[in-house]
Amino acid sequence: MCLGIPGRIVAITHADRLMAMAEVSGVRREVNVAPVAGNDLEALVGQWALIHVGFAMALIDEEEAAKTLQALQDLGEAQETLEQMASSAEALA
Amino acid sequence: MKFASEFRDPVAARALFSAIARMADRIGASRDRPVHIMEICGGHTHSIFRYGLDKLIHDGIEFIHGPGCPVCVLPMARVDECVEIAERPGVIFTTFGDAMRVPGHRKSLMQAKSAGADIRMVYSPLDALELARRNPGREVVFFGLGFETTTPSTALSIQQAAREGLTNFSVFCNHITVPEPIRALLDDADMTLDGFIGPGHVSMVIGVHPYDFIARDYGKPLVVAGFEPTDLLQSVLMVLTQIAEGRAAIENQYARVVPEHGNPVSLAAIADVYERRPSFEWRGLGEIDASGLRIRAKYAAFDAEEKFGIGYAASSRNVPEIEGCCCGAVMTGKMKPPQCPQFGTGCSPEMPLGALMVSSEGACAAYWQYSGIRAAE
Repeated sequence: MCLGIPGRIVAITHADRLMAMAEVSGVRREVNVAPVAGNDLEALVGQWALIHVGFAMALIDEEEAAKTLQALQDLGEAQETLEQMASSAEALA
Repeated sequence: MKFASEFRDPVAARALFSAIARMADRIGASRDRPVHIMEICGGHTHSIFRYGLDKLIHDGIEFIHGPGCPVCVLPMARVDECVEIAERPGVIFTTFGDAMRVPGHRKSLMQAKSAGADIRMVYSPLDALELARRNPGREVVFFGLGFETTTPSTALSIQQAAREGLTNFSVFCNHITVPEPIRALLDDADMTLDGFIGPGHVSMVIGVHPYDFIARDYGKPLVVAGFEPTDLLQSVLMVLTQIAEGRAAIENQYARVVPEHGNPVSLAAIADVYERRPSFEWRGLGEIDASGLRIRAKYAAFDAEEKFGIGYAASSRNVPEIEGCCCGAVMTGKMKPPQCPQFGTGCSPEMPLGALMVSSEGACAAYWQYSGIRAAE
């Protein structure tokens, strides 16, 4: 459970809370970008990050993202993460 | 083994298996006198079984599966405490799904939920924060579980809760650290470990230097590795090369993701919110010095241990594990999963007795899923 899953940051949602929308395997999920924020939040839009339990932990390039996602899919970890995101939506309902 | 279809890059994998075989021969490793390499991370354990690396690799390489699976090393007493908190009136207990099926003495969180406790599986501590905002009349507790990859997420969530002045959010902190159990295993006279594959995503947070003592004080190589099978093979080769050259160093095969000094924002959040406990209990490994974290006094308002008076600090020690469960022996590499008398009979992924059968990162669950061993059938 210590694995990050690649996602692309598509928009900044709450700059004051360092929150952004990320797309993970076609699923959109709000994430915290504090660990990778740097000085320019907008510069994150379009970048790939390893996302772990709702936090962008490291920026990676697109090729690394694709390879990591493939490896996680082979292990069933990617599907598990997407299920967890779905169960969270249920928990908040 | 369907070699070609199993690997995305079969040419690279074949070349690595050959290079590993040459290096293993060069250092005289054989089935009778194997080199013992511990992969610390449960994700790596899963990957090794998924691709059958332990079968395809040279006979002289033996993988020892390390303690890097958070739910696998979670003592039953902590599960009992989670259930106790969750059963308090007014509490919404939130947890990662991984912890739901870990057996407790009375019940698992899953069983407590079925019995009526308000227990919710969440993907992120941020979702627990959101639940607290939406339910000001309820106490929302998040079960803080996991190694250094996960620790920043609860630290940053507690900082956010403090900024917002939330009074109904707390974390039941049971975070643990990777380097300390490695020291404990190296100090164990029964263990023979020749080198380590270091965790990838934990190291993306802490960097490579927390492992320095392994090379410096114990003379053992460690290579931080990525998750693709070729990453793992490359890392095994790097460990063997060090052994062949009579060196011991901390090397980084996964530098494309793991910075030498880790992630400064995450490390600062951990340091601000948490401090080390003098020691902490690990399932199967016992008490290990400085291996667990607790919430600092300045964030006591967000500390479920303080709020409910329940937790490691308040517990009696040495709560016995289930009789007949050999998770400890498996975890320290003294027993292979199928050698456990409960494997497949008293313990299966559907009805786990021990935590190693619960998580897909646990050695027993991985053996069960991929080895085709079905003792019960």
